[in-house]
Amino acid sequence: MNFIKDYEIVCGLEVHVELATKTKIFCSCPTTFGAEPNTQCCPVCTGMPGTLPVLNRQVVDYAIKAGLATNCTIAKYSKEDRKNYFYPDLPKAYQISQYDLPLCEHGWLEIETDKGTKKIGITRIHIEEDAGKLIHDDEHGTMIDCNRCGVPLIEIVSEPDIRTAEEAVAYVKKLRAIIMYTGISDCKMNEGSLRCDVNLSVHKKGEPFGTRTEMKNINSFTFIQKAIEYEYKRQVEAIEAGETIVQETRRYDSAANKTFSMRKKEDANDYRYFPDPDLPPIIMTDKAIDELNRSIPQLPDSRKADYIEKYGLSAHDAEMLINQKPIADYFEAAARLTEYPKLLANMMISELFALLPPDSDEVKIPIDGAHMAAIATMSGEGTINSSTAKKLLRTIYEQDDDPVRIVKEQNLAQISDPVILQQYVDEAIAADPKSVAAYKAGKTAAAKAIMGKIMAKTGGKGNPVKLDELLTAALNKQ
Amino acid sequence: MNEILKLTVSELSEKLASRELSSVELTQAYLDRIDKTEETIGAYITVCGETALKSAAEIDTRRVAGEKLSALAGIPVGIKDNMCTRGLKTTCASRMLENFVPPYDATVVEKLNAVGAVTLGKLNMDEFAMGSTTENSYFKKTHNPRGVDRVPGGSSGGSAAAVAADEAPYTLGSDTGGSIRQPAAFCGVVGMKPTYGSVSRWGLIAFASSLDQIGPLTKNVRDNAIILNAIMGHDSRDATSVDREYTDCTFGLDLGVAKMRIGIPEEFFGEGINEEVKAAVLNAAKLFEKLGAATVPVSMKTISHALPAYYVISSAEASSNLARFDGVRYGYRSEKYDDIVDLYKNSRSEGFGAEVKRRIMLGTFALSSGYYDAYYKKALQVRTLVMNDFSKIFETCDFILSPVAPTVAYKLGEKSSNPLEMYMGDIYTVPVNIAGIPSLSLPCGTDSNGMPIGMQLIGKAFDEATLYRAANAYETETGCYHLSREK
Repeated sequence: MNFIKDYEIVCGLEVHVELATKTKIFCSCPTTFGAEPNTQCCPVCTGMPGTLPVLNRQVVDYAIKAGLATNCTIAKYSKEDRKNYFYPDLPKAYQISQYDLPLCEHGWLEIETDKGTKKIGITRIHIEEDAGKLIHDDEHGTMIDCNRCGVPLIEIVSEPDIRTAEEAVAYVKKLRAIIMYTGISDCKMNEGSLRCDVNLSVHKKGEPFGTRTEMKNINSFTFIQKAIEYEYKRQVEAIEAGETIVQETRRYDSAANKTFSMRKKEDANDYRYFPDPDLPPIIMTDKAIDELNRSIPQLPDSRKADYIEKYGLSAHDAEMLINQKPIADYFEAAARLTEYPKLLANMMISELFALLPPDSDEVKIPIDGAHMAAIATMSGEGTINSSTAKKLLRTIYEQDDDPVRIVKEQNLAQISDPVILQQYVDEAIAADPKSVAAYKAGKTAAAKAIMGKIMAKTGGKGNPVKLDELLTAALNKQ
Repeated sequence: MNEILKLTVSELSEKLASRELSSVELTQAYLDRIDKTEETIGAYITVCGETALKSAAEIDTRRVAGEKLSALAGIPVGIKDNMCTRGLKTTCASRMLENFVPPYDATVVEKLNAVGAVTLGKLNMDEFAMGSTTENSYFKKTHNPRGVDRVPGGSSGGSAAAVAADEAPYTLGSDTGGSIRQPAAFCGVVGMKPTYGSVSRWGLIAFASSLDQIGPLTKNVRDNAIILNAIMGHDSRDATSVDREYTDCTFGLDLGVAKMRIGIPEEFFGEGINEEVKAAVLNAAKLFEKLGAATVPVSMKTISHALPAYYVISSAEASSNLARFDGVRYGYRSEKYDDIVDLYKNSRSEGFGAEVKRRIMLGTFALSSGYYDAYYKKALQVRTLVMNDFSKIFETCDFILSPVAPTVAYKLGEKSSNPLEMYMGDIYTVPVNIAGIPSLSLPCGTDSNGMPIGMQLIGKAFDEATLYRAANAYETETGCYHLSREK
C-alpha cells in the first residue's frame, strides 16, 4: 500500500474515568466494583418517581483536580444538564451530564513521540453519571444491573491533535498517569474505570480534515493501537476506492480486529439537552480552587523533569518510568540506594518491563527495591557484567532474593584480572586457527566468534570490555 | 352533619389535647363522612380507613400515657396522590402508576407522620398534575362540592374538594401553575402555594421540577399557616430546598393590615375576566382599604408572556421527568411488544392519557435541536423578565392582590375539549410559579349562582407571614367562607 503514506490520521479521544469516590454522584450508595447485581442501588439511582439527585461535592472536587492537573481553566460557574434518551440501562431516561458549561476547559498535556515532546490539547472535562449494565443471558433474556447507575464519571475530551496510533496510546497513558497521581481514580481499564472513545478521520496533508467516525468503549492500550491502525487503513482504502466516509459510530471487535458500523449520524439521538432543574448551578470560588490546587501531589511531568535533571535520563526513558505511579515510586526508592541510578533505569526499562505483564492495571514488582538497586550497584562497580545482571534480574523476578548473596554463593562475580583473562584469550586463539585466519583475512566478525567462545569458557563472567581489549591486541599480534 | 367535621385544625388540636375528643372518634367521623359523600364528590383515589384508625389509636394511647404531642397529632389529613406514601399506592391519577406502591415517604409525608398526623387516603388529581379540572384523572372525575355539576378545579381538585366537602380537615396539594390556588378558589377553601424551595419536593412525583411546590389546603387562614409551619423547612434530599431560617407563619397573624401597601396590577383585571369575579376582587381591595391598607395601582406588563413561557418550561421539564415511565422497571407495561422500542411505545401510549401525551410532545418539541433557542431559552428569558416585574412591584408594595382565575368553576366537560381555553384559565396563577414567590388563594365572595370566587395575595419570597396576616384580617372581617357556609 504505497498510497497510505500520503494520508494522515486526525484523531481525538474521549476518555471516561470513573472517580474513586466512596459514594455515587447523586446518592449515598457505595461505588464498589463487582458486587452482586442490584445490591448497590437505591430509589435515587434507579430513578424511582419522586426521588431527587443531590450532588456529591467530592465529585466536583475530583473533577477540578483532574482539570488542574491537566492545565485546564476551572469554571467559576458551571451547571448540570439532562441528556435525554431511552435505553434500559438508563433508569431516568436521561443522563445527568454537563453540556455547554463544563467544569474544566482549555487544558493540555505533553507526550513523548519519536519526534520529541508533543502537546495534546484538552477541550474540556465534565462530570456525569454512569449508566447501569445490561446482562444478556439465553435463559432469562436481558437483565439490568443498576449497581453502576450513578457512579461518578469524568469525561475528558481531547482536541483532534493526535496523528498516530502511538500518540493516542501515549496520550491515554499520560492521562492515566496524571489521574492516578492525583488519586481521583484507580483507572482500571479491565474493570471499565477508564474507557476510551476514539474519533478518527484521515486526510492528505494540506487538505481539509476528512469525515470522522467514532469507535466506542475501547478498553486496552493494545486495542486502542489496533483499532486506530485498522480504522485508518479502512478509511484510506475506502477513499482510494472512491467511496465516501460517512459520519457514524463504529464498534471495534477486538477478536476480529475489525470495526463494524453501529449507527449512522442520521440515526443519532437528539439528546434535547437542558439544564437540570433539580440541581442548582455549581459555583466555585478562587479560594476553593486554590485549596484543591494545593492538595495535588507532584505530577508525572515534574517527576520526569527531576529524572532528566538528577539522573541524566533521556526524556523518553523518564516518560517510561513516570507513566505508572507505582513504578515511579519504586524507581525513586531504589535510586536512593545506588550510586548508579541511570543503570537502574536502563535495567528497569529494558529488562524488568519486558517481564511485567502487558496492559496491567495494577503494577506489582515482585522484587525488593533494595535488591534491584544492589544489581545496579554491582553492575556499575564492575562486580558483575551486564549479562550476569540480566540473569540475576530474571532469577530474582521468579523468586526474590538478595543478589549480593547469590553472586557470592554462585561465584558469579565478573573476572577482571588481566592475567586470568589473558589465559582465556591465549587458549581461545590457540584452539581456533580458522577464525584467526579469517580475522587476518579481514573478516573482523571472526573476532566476535572467538569472543563468544571465551565468554562461554568464563561461564559468562568475563569482563567484556577488558576481554575485548586483550583479544584485539592478541589477534593483531598474530 | 357531625359537628366534629366543622371544627378547624386549631380547634381540633385543643379538643384532642384536652381529651374531650379522641383521634379515633375524629378519624371515624371523617371516614363516615367519606363513606357518605364520596359517591357524589369523588375526591379520593385511595382511602385507607384501617391504617388510619390504627394510627389514630396509637396517638390516643400515647396521649393517654401522658406523652406531650404535637398540635397536629391525631388529626386526619388527605394527601394528593402525587406525593409518595410508603406502602400506600401513589398513582398520580395515571394508569401508568395504577399499582405503584413507593418504598419511601415524601418528606412532607414523613414530617406529618412524625408529628402524628393520621393519613385518611390519597386524593384525586389531574393525571401527573396536568390540568385545571381534575377531569384528566384516569380513575374518576371529582365533583365540586359547591355545585356538583361543576369541576373542582385542578390539578389538586381532590385536595380542594375534600376540604370543601368536609372529607378532610386539611389536605396537601401541589401547585405548578396554579394547581393549589385555582381549585381552592373554585371550591371556596384556603390554599397556599409557598415560596419555591421552602417545602421539600423529595417524594413529590415531578411534573415540572423548577415550578412544582407543595402547599396546604384548609378551611381557614390560621389552619393554613399552622400546616405550612409543619411541612416547610430545609431538606438535604432536595437540592433546590433553601437552607435558611424559616419564620413562624402564624407570627403576627392578628396584627391587621394597617399601613400595608397593596399592589393592584391592572393587567390582572383586563380582557377575558368575568365581571363578577373582577367586582368581587376589587371589593376585597376596598375592604382592605377600610381596614387601613393602601391600594396602589401597579403594572405587570409581562403577564401576557408568562403563560406561553410557562407552558414551554413546564412541558419541557415534564417531557424529561416523565420519560422514566417506560414500562421497564415499574408501572404499566403493555402486553404487546416484540422489542424494546415497541415496549416503550406501547407502554407509554397505553399508560398515559391524552393531556399528558400532549404536554410530553409539546415539551419534546420545545427542547428539540434547532428549536431550543426559540422556545426553551426564550421562555427562560421571559422568566427573568417576570421576576424583574415582581421585584419592582415589591419595592413599593407589601403584597399584590389579584383574581385567581378569570372565572368561577365551570361545568364538567365544558372546557375539556378545548385545551387552549383551559390553559388561558391559568393566566393569573402561572406568573407566580415562574417567579417562585408565594401566593395565597382565599375566597372573596360568590357569584350570582352561589359559586365561590377566589382572590390571591401574592407576596415576596419567604414572606408567607405577611400574606397570612393580611388574609386573616380579611377573613376575620368577613367571616370564613367555608365555615360560615356550613352554619
